[in-house]
Amino acid sequence: MGTTAIKEVDKVVIKFAGDSGDGMQLTGTQFTGTSALLGNDIATFPDYPAEIRAPQGTVAGVSGFQVHIGQAHIHTPGDSPDVLVAMNAAALKANLRDVAKGKTIIIDTDNFKRKDWEKAGFADDPLTSGELREYHVIEAPMTTLTRTALEGLGLDNKSMVRSKNMFALGMVYWMFSRPLDYTERFLKGKFGKKPEILAGNIKALKAGFNYADTIEAFSSASAVLPADMEPGLYKNVMGNEATAWGFLAAAEKSGKELFLGSYPITPATDILQELAKHRHFGAKVFQAEDEIAGITSAIGAAFAGDLAITTTSGPGLALKGEALGLAVMTELPLVVVDVQRGGPSTGLPTKTEQSDLMQALYGRNGESPVVVVAAKSPADCFSMAFRAAKIALEHMTPVLLLTDGYVANGSQPWKIQRTEDLDDITPHEADKSMQNWQPYERDTASLARYWAYPGQSGYEHRIGGLEKDELTGNVSYTPENHEKMTYVREEKVQRVANYIPELEVDGSQEGDLLVVSWGGTYGSTLTAINKCTAQNKKVGLAHFNYIKPLPKNTAEVFSKFKKILVAELNQGQLVKYLRGELPQFTYQQFNKTQGLPFRVVELNHAINKTLESN
Amino acid sequence: MSVETLEYTAKDFSSDQEVKWCPGCGDYAILKAVQKAMPLIGRKREDIVFVSGIGCSSRFPYYMDTYGFHSIHGRAPAIATGVKLANPNLSVWQITGDGDALAIGGNHFIHLIRRNVSINVLLFNNRIYGLTKGQFSPTTNLGQSTKSSPQGTIDNPFNPGELVLGANGHFFARATDTNAKALTAILVEAEKHRGASIIEILQNCVIFNKDIFSDYTAKDVKLDNQVHVEHGKPMIFGANSDKGLKLNGFKLEIVTIGEDGITEDDLLVHDAHEEDNTLHMMLAKLQMPVVTGIIRSYGEDSFEMRMKKQVEEVEKNSPFKSVNDLLESGETWEIK
Repeated sequence: MGTTAIKEVDKVVIKFAGDSGDGMQLTGTQFTGTSALLGNDIATFPDYPAEIRAPQGTVAGVSGFQVHIGQAHIHTPGDSPDVLVAMNAAALKANLRDVAKGKTIIIDTDNFKRKDWEKAGFADDPLTSGELREYHVIEAPMTTLTRTALEGLGLDNKSMVRSKNMFALGMVYWMFSRPLDYTERFLKGKFGKKPEILAGNIKALKAGFNYADTIEAFSSASAVLPADMEPGLYKNVMGNEATAWGFLAAAEKSGKELFLGSYPITPATDILQELAKHRHFGAKVFQAEDEIAGITSAIGAAFAGDLAITTTSGPGLALKGEALGLAVMTELPLVVVDVQRGGPSTGLPTKTEQSDLMQALYGRNGESPVVVVAAKSPADCFSMAFRAAKIALEHMTPVLLLTDGYVANGSQPWKIQRTEDLDDITPHEADKSMQNWQPYERDTASLARYWAYPGQSGYEHRIGGLEKDELTGNVSYTPENHEKMTYVREEKVQRVANYIPELEVDGSQEGDLLVVSWGGTYGSTLTAINKCTAQNKKVGLAHFNYIKPLPKNTAEVFSKFKKILVAELNQGQLVKYLRGELPQFTYQQFNKTQGLPFRVVELNHAINKTLESN
Repeated sequence: MSVETLEYTAKDFSSDQEVKWCPGCGDYAILKAVQKAMPLIGRKREDIVFVSGIGCSSRFPYYMDTYGFHSIHGRAPAIATGVKLANPNLSVWQITGDGDALAIGGNHFIHLIRRNVSINVLLFNNRIYGLTKGQFSPTTNLGQSTKSSPQGTIDNPFNPGELVLGANGHFFARATDTNAKALTAILVEAEKHRGASIIEILQNCVIFNKDIFSDYTAKDVKLDNQVHVEHGKPMIFGANSDKGLKLNGFKLEIVTIGEDGITEDDLLVHDAHEEDNTLHMMLAKLQMPVVTGIIRSYGEDSFEMRMKKQVEEVEKNSPFKSVNDLLESGETWEIK
């Protein structure tokens, strides 16, 4: 560590931005991992283009990674960066409007030649035009410096230039007094078999660190002290990773083998890839030929007695619709994960949105109820994947778990849960004590039918997509039977409300305004209402993990507030559902569909406006 | 386990549900042949699963007293794959038709074959849509007039055998609904085969495509117009057992024993186990006579065997013995 004085700050938001081939995601995750190990609270937000290598140097090709680290508890990746690292002119162009005046911008001047800033859409050279006058700009010819540092290692020019992200990371490590050992360990693991590349990356990292220490540009380095977190063992998790682990834990707790049928789709593919790594738990990971085969293979596995999962994003859920209806009709346990992205159609594959709620609730032919739940943060994906599997297995119903691109790719420290501390899962199976078991005989409390599957003698039976007789499961076209079964399928899902936690309120427990949100927006809405509480405003937050059925105390919670504001990243889907389910309340709504998460400042503005309105 | 200890009869596989196909439908004979084959495959009833899609034939599982799943249109291969992977010990049978397997389910059909999952697929080919009342299917003859092609079809049909072999199928057999005995024997062999076994059954739809196969199956012509191949035996056919198949350059030639100096030794001897499927393809494509019997049966590791092996290997070498080991692995830190 250099000799410069270190000043303490309680939180800081850093954004790394560059070309999509510049390694910005890696740089961001490295900074995140290092900070996590130092005990900071963290939230991250990767933001990258749908194209693997969009045209170099263009705004469309900019890949960014925003990380918020704090000594205090933080719930969002931050509204705007305190430090922007811009590896080229396009990265500056794409992010400048998010950076407040007076904040720091670190620039690789090697990529700010005339052709660079013209390509990025600047009318004039931003370094000399005065456009950056009110920012604290640190100009560093990072590409040249990296190349100079790596001379003599025998690397070709391309490999040398590729290491410049490590140079940038080294600079930022110095700025925030981070040690290099976490990244050194990572590089050794990654490039262990390529010693010259390894040496180059480590040298670039150190060169960046030393350069920042040497130049006069920084008045001081900053430190973000460890956050005051609950005691325990922690690790940094991404949402998709946590989802995969939640299913592995559910398989172990339920004594079931895990089956995943899935087809690659952004931003859900990481769940498939993560589970494919864990075949040592007997996980059967089946990459299907399409989305439909993903879900139908899972339905087949559920019929044969496995904990069956399928994972997808919005367009894939549309394709799975008919098969999901089959799972409703056959009343088999199945978890469908929809990692939502901007739509309709192909939409915004790498951007976040909450616009699949209506599809999840209603996007099938016939009266086709399923349980719908949502995860509220990257770490919560673990809990909700586990809960979704528990509900599916214990209630014999498909469960749709909604996450989104924001929580799926975001990360945060997670207090590791040991499986012995998780709830038990008891699959609703037929047992030998049952006399004359019938396929559609039900538990009188939950209305779940009893699962029996191939390999079990004496339970041979046939099920399918045609309407079932209410007891035998044989095909029945009787009018009264169909009406009864329609009712029972809905009622079974509604009764899940007797087995899920009640709705909890953050902030004021009663008062002027209740903010309602669901899924991945929790960090933003919580931060916003915490600000209200600090200002003595009587604002509460009801955040929904369970959407269908609604928690039993929902109406009671709603009735304690004068106004209700439903905030969602869509044009108002939960609010529409609530207007139908609980029509006795008046709802106002705040919506955003830019493919981006809520900014806290936007939410506070909407809250204040609602409070002031009549 | 031996067949004898199970002591099943065909009746044990008949469910209590009333069979509801049209009178005279070829499906009845196929159902009987399947029920007859079941006691011969040496599997316990609870370990047998019939999976179907949508169409007349797909009602089949309701009539079998085994586990059964009547699913949705075209998707039976994927559902059956899920069943087999969940429990590789099961004997899994898929019932499908020409529309279900080759139109709406074409993608799943070829991928089931490509992966080589051990599932026995009974493809009821009647060259028509029956349940929707008479539209043309992907196997309907070119030019045939149907309810949805009143001026005759203008699309070329699939030959299912060509498609199966093209997708690198390792087991393909053809049977007819008029020869239940041959079909039963083929089914027993299909179950023994590791990997996907596809059996095309030429099946008569008495209502919408009556007698479409009568050129092959009518009593007076069947011996002359069908070559029933058996592994290791010369390809002889005909009412007088005097006709045979011979390779002439790159083409199959129909010859008569005793004419032009042809003897039995000149005929092709069927090798179903040959890895190269060139000749199998020729046999599958032959229009007149049509080839029945097991055209190809080439053994290789099946998909579920490979998956099981991979899981076992990974399990053996993994440092993780429980989910807790995984969760606590990697970079962690303790807060006190």
